[in-house]
Amino acid sequence: MIGEIDPVIINLTVFVLAVFVGYHVVWNVTPALHTPLMSVTNAISGIILVGAMLAAGPTETDWGVWLGAAAVTLAAINVFGGFLVSQRMLEMFKKKDKKGNV
Amino acid sequence: MSANMVALAYLVASVFFILALKGLSSPESARRGNLFGMVGMAIAVATTLTLTQNWLLILGCIAVGGIIGAVVAQRVQMTAMPELVAFMHSLVGLAAVFIAVAAVNNPVSFGLPEILPGGSKLELFLGTFIGAMTWSGSVIAFLKLSGRMSGTPIVFSGQHMLNLLLAIIMIGFGLWFFFSETTNWTAFIAMTAIAFILGFLIIIPIGGADMPVVISMLNSYSGWAAAGIGFSLGNPMLIIAGSLVGSSGAILSYIMCKAMNRPFLSVILGGFGSDGGSVAAADDGVQKTYRSGSAEDAAFLMGNADSIIIVPGYGLAVARAQHAVKELAEILHEKGVNVRFAIHPVAGRMPGHMNVLLAEAEIPYEQVLEMDEINSDFSNTDVVLVLGANDVVNPAANVPGSPIYGMPILDAHKARTVMVVKRSMAVGYAGLDNDLFYMDKTMMIFGDAKKVVEHMVKAL
Repeated sequence: MIGEIDPVIINLTVFVLAVFVGYHVVWNVTPALHTPLMSVTNAISGIILVGAMLAAGPTETDWGVWLGAAAVTLAAINVFGGFLVSQRMLEMFKKKDKKGNV
Repeated sequence: MSANMVALAYLVASVFFILALKGLSSPESARRGNLFGMVGMAIAVATTLTLTQNWLLILGCIAVGGIIGAVVAQRVQMTAMPELVAFMHSLVGLAAVFIAVAAVNNPVSFGLPEILPGGSKLELFLGTFIGAMTWSGSVIAFLKLSGRMSGTPIVFSGQHMLNLLLAIIMIGFGLWFFFSETTNWTAFIAMTAIAFILGFLIIIPIGGADMPVVISMLNSYSGWAAAGIGFSLGNPMLIIAGSLVGSSGAILSYIMCKAMNRPFLSVILGGFGSDGGSVAAADDGVQKTYRSGSAEDAAFLMGNADSIIIVPGYGLAVARAQHAVKELAEILHEKGVNVRFAIHPVAGRMPGHMNVLLAEAEIPYEQVLEMDEINSDFSNTDVVLVLGANDVVNPAANVPGSPIYGMPILDAHKARTVMVVKRSMAVGYAGLDNDLFYMDKTMMIFGDAKKVVEHMVKAL
């Protein structure tokens, strides 16, 4: 049966289920961490890097490859910036944890 | 790597992303969550690398972007987090457009047929226009948040008609692109250009105080843009990660709207409700009296109190007073006063912004409580210190017929004594007078939040 299904339908299935997972996981995020949540999701949306790499992938260099390379750079800023700034913020929550327990 | 292996690796990466979000349910597990996110991303990138040939180019670009990202992450001030987030949303949007253009140019390199089938065209259309709108909308949000552009809403007559008209024209070009047998660049470029313009037009009428909603909404858009590109390329990794981000941003927008008592749809559709803020409250003509005091008087009262709740607001973030407030809280704590912080969901300029600012000032997060956790305690509290907040403590929200009726507020008016630090008697964003300021038990302290708090610290 699976062979007869249009890949678009399979993608749609994945999409709908992922939205549900996201919905339920995110409701459990504590409001105090909503800003780190934003910067982490920002980093995760840097997953567009995967698409950008495919665009920059082919060896025959035409302008599409350069566009892809530009997209790789932009997405990499997002990935590194997003995860590192989240790390920095979450460290702040840790420091206080120690002091609070003393 | 075989297609099956790639798909399996993407599945593993997706699970890591879900664990990353799950980790954020408590500050203890959050750092590990972030680490999971990094691992997921590393797996996804390494897997994708096996599908490409231009390693040198790709790794070089990742290195350049990575260094820029790392420097920015290291240098950014915590008060500037909203700008940074808006800036990064814009990058995702622009990257999505670039990828879509590259895919239209050379579909074969993405594993798509030489002549794009209808379904792919539709998906490319969606990915491009969401990406373009995310980019231009985020640029405006960035300019507004960083103060490079005025936060006042830009409104003109026929604005919504213009937006609607542009949207229809854009869809028209989309259909032309869709039904053309060969690659129709004219239609594609025209559609993309209109999407860029629409992104600008939709964000400019939204006022500065609505930014927490806008920024969450753009967060959501950036996720949908990634998911849209995922559909175009038939890439489940992009679809899954994009939908996680998209739904996260949508939930945050919903929470923000609820906290401001604004209809979700009207904000999503582009600030239809934002003109409500400019309607001034009807003046009943009676000059109301209020009591004002000095920082020293306030310090004396606080020094003798048993319990204090501090309500920080936007004004505290603007004055960058969080470190001074921490000192104040510490001194009071040493005097045996029970000091706690009450955070309204829309305090600050983005969801959870105030928590980060207080965390940066090393205020223990156990002392920082959310509205639902602390609201019942106000009636047993000696002193409430309101720092640069207004609408979120306006008891008018409990009066039927008031424009903000129904908005959840912090019950500061129930405390025995209320002290409000504010620049002037000016109204807040909602344009309403705040009865809290005129109560007999309220003392107004005028001045810059940071200076006033520093005076209090000295006096104690």
